[in-house]
Parts: sequence; structure tokens; C-alpha cells
Amino acid sequence: MRSRGMLRTAALVASLALVLTACGDDGDKVETKDEPKKREFAAGSTMERLQTAGKVKVGTKFDQPLFGVKGVSGSVEGFDVEIAKGIAAELGIEESGVEFVESISKNREDFIVNGTADFIVATYTINDKRKEKVGFAGPYFVAGQDIMVKKGDTAIKSKDDLAGKKVCSVTGSTPATRVKEQVPTAQLTLFGTYTECAEAMRNGQVQATTTDNVILLGLIDANPGEFELVGAPFSEEPYGIGVKKEDTDFRTFINDVLEEMYKDGRYKDAYDKTLGKVQPDLPTPPAVNRY
Amino acid sequence: MDAVFDNLDAFGAGLGVTLKLSMISFVLAMLIGFVIASFRVSPVAPLRAAGLTYVEVFRNIPLTAFFALAVFGLPKVGLNISFFAFAVMVLSMYTGAFVSEALRSGINTVATGQAEAARSIGLTFGQTLFLVVLPQALRTVVQPIGSLFIALAKNSSIASLFAVIELTSTFDLLTDQESATLPLLLGTIVCYLIITLPAGAVTAYVERRVAFKR
Repeated sequence: MRSRGMLRTAALVASLALVLTACGDDGDKVETKDEPKKREFAAGSTMERLQTAGKVKVGTKFDQPLFGVKGVSGSVEGFDVEIAKGIAAELGIEESGVEFVESISKNREDFIVNGTADFIVATYTINDKRKEKVGFAGPYFVAGQDIMVKKGDTAIKSKDDLAGKKVCSVTGSTPATRVKEQVPTAQLTLFGTYTECAEAMRNGQVQATTTDNVILLGLIDANPGEFELVGAPFSEEPYGIGVKKEDTDFRTFINDVLEEMYKDGRYKDAYDKTLGKVQPDLPTPPAVNRY
Repeated sequence: MDAVFDNLDAFGAGLGVTLKLSMISFVLAMLIGFVIASFRVSPVAPLRAAGLTYVEVFRNIPLTAFFALAVFGLPKVGLNISFFAFAVMVLSMYTGAFVSEALRSGINTVATGQAEAARSIGLTFGQTLFLVVLPQALRTVVQPIGSLFIALAKNSSIASLFAVIELTSTFDLLTDQESATLPLLLGTIVCYLIITLPAGAVTAYVERRVAFKR
């Protein structure tokens, strides 16, 4: 019970600090950005439970370049990881209390339902089918099908410029179908993997590669100086943060945190540290969808 | 099955490409097979060595690796041909190695006396091979060669991974659009059977026509 008492004291001090900040003018902010803040949460809420535990389990991908990659050192890095850390900080959880668990595309719903992860930030596209099982905060990022060209190639500026050109994608994939539907005159060149598309571009056998910009950014990152993103997406994949379906309070809390992160520059910091290294222009953060 | 019947034109186009790919590759594989087999039975030692090397190299490279090597490697040394041409090249060189071995085993069934008799009446090595030995050898290799064509037609599906839009890549594209995998898979298999079943029938017919009693 000692720790409870200490927590209460800490909460008191924190609220005092908040009052003080509110009174002082904007020029001299007391709290620093990285210091976990203490908020007051309703008893029995997910936020209160996590805050009290001082620990949170976050599902993320371990193999998605720039979003969630587990390095040789064992630490997980990427844009999703930064967003997750931002949310944990608002729960008053230190970075050491954030445990990342690997969630692949297939097990994300189960991880939420079974409580394997408290929330999931894993390039998780919001759609109605998934909403039947889980709740989504966000979106915090909108991915989309884009085009990759050789660095310095200015002939292709949008999907319409793909007409008559050799365009690479992966056989049997949705991006391949989409480009076939939207630009029927593009000469679709299909290989088994995207790295083969990169090789074919190097050889000049194809002029462009198309798939989700997230995958393309990973390829650009893996082959420095060779390729660049056109930056004209022609589909929308809004990435959300998965929580339990019925946990509306937690969802609202995460949405609040995202909006704060957009405003106070933490979103930009997260972007610049990760995706920004490959694609420096910060995209406009998407408006969160409170349904 | 609607997914199949709604896309008959796509299947037809895919079948056409697979058929064209298999036919052209088979003709070239037969030519390569004849040349390499004659190297392998030639009296000239370096030719025999070259023939053996060809067979061991191209028979033992996994087909997918051979495709990747040709499609991505050759442009780096200046050979830039269409993806279809790459597929024809790889499939015919690969199958050619097997054809050569089938032919050689046929040649070995022709009694040595035949070749000796041909040489003793003054025929050259080429004349002996093409006028006396091979016509007899072919009779015993009709079945193995027919099987090689069927294998080639099915192996051609690997070209779908290397930018040739044939039957298998048509199937891949359609499954993403239609989400009716099983019917589409059945349709694809039927298309392959349209090629391979008649090939088996032709093989049986040819074998009956050229058969002879020893």
C-alpha cells in the first residue's frame, strides 16, 4: 500500500504542477515534454489500470521497415513505436515500462480480444470488417498505393503517367489489380517479390514500381540513393490503433492524446526520427475519427 | 464457378501465352537436345566434355534460380530481351538438357553394329548419326520426350513469377479480384489439361506409328 500512497502523493504534486502551469503564462512551462505526466483517470478504467501498473503491453510489427523493426540490439524502433511511446507517456508510464510484443497481420484481432496486448500500433488498416471485432482510435497515418521511380526520374509524376510504361508489382497482389483497373494501358510487369522489382528497375527493365507507400519507403531506405517516391498516392489505407471493441473510454483517451501530439510537435518529432529520414515532408496528420 | 465463366477471355489469353511459350520452347529444346546429344556421342573428346558440362549445369540448376539469374543477370552484361524471350530461353535451355539425355539413352539402344556398318560403307559421323542411328533411336524415345513436353508446359508456370502474363499469373490476378480461389484454381488446372492431355494423346499416336518389331 506504500506505493499506492506514493502514487497518490505524486498525483497530487502533478495536479498542483498542472494548476501552477495553468496560472503561469505560456512563456515559462514547468513540465518538459519527455517527463511522464500524471493524469487523473476514472476508477476501473483501462487508463487507471495501466497507470497503476506502470506497465503496458503494445503489439507492433517487428519486421515492418520504418514502422516497427526489432534490431539486433533487441530494441524495437519505428514510427508505430514512437506513437505507442507517446501514448504510454500520457498514461504516466516510463519507457522502460513499455513492453513491445510482436503482432503479425493475422493475430492482431486475437491479441486485442485475448488481452495479449493492451493496444496495437502495427500498420493496422481501419476497415469495417475489423471493426466488428476491435475498436480503432485514430487514424494517425494514412498510407496508400504510390509509385517508386529511379532517383531523378521526373517522367512519372502521378498514376496517369504510368500509361504505356512498364510498371512493376507483385503477382496476385491488390496493388497489381488496382493499377490494372485504374491505368489499363500501363504494361504490368509482375514478379514474385518487390526486391525483384527493385532489381528490374536497376536494370532499366521497368520504369516504375507500385504498391503501398509504406513498402516502397522500406525499399528506398534499404537501397540508399537509388530510388525515390513519387508522392501521389491513389488509394487510402488509414492506420489506426487497435483497442478492445467495447472500451470507448480508452479509445477516446488515445484520440485525445493523438490530437495533442499533432498540436505540440511530438507527432512531427516521431515522424522526423523515423519516416522523415526517407521522406522528409511531413504529411498532414489525418483527423481522428471518433465513432 | 461464375468467377471462371465471367473471365473466360482472360483464361483464353493466358492459355494462349502458355501454349505459345511451351511450343516455342519445346522446338528449341529439341534442337538443343539434338546438338548436345550428338556432342555426347561424338568421337571428339572436347565435344563430349562440352556436352556433359551442358547437361550437368542446366539439368541441376533449380529452374526458379535459373530464371532469376537470366532475367536479372543478363541485362547487366548487355543482353536486354523481352521477358517472354527470357522465358523461352530459360525453358528451352533447361529442357534441352533433359531432351539430350533422353536422346542419348535412345542412341545407346541402337546396336553398335549399325554404326559400324554405316561407317564401313563410307558414311561420315554426321551421316551415320542422322541417317542411321537417330531415326532408330527416336522410336524408343517418343514416350520420354512426350513426358518432357508435359513437364515443360507445367514448368512454364514459373514464368509467371518473372513478368510473363500466362495462365498462372492470370490465375493470380483473378484470385485477387474475385476472391473465389478454388473455382479459379480448377479453371486454371483445366486449362493446363487442355495442353497436356492432347500432348499425351499425340505421343501415344506417334509411338504407334513409328513402332517396329525388332
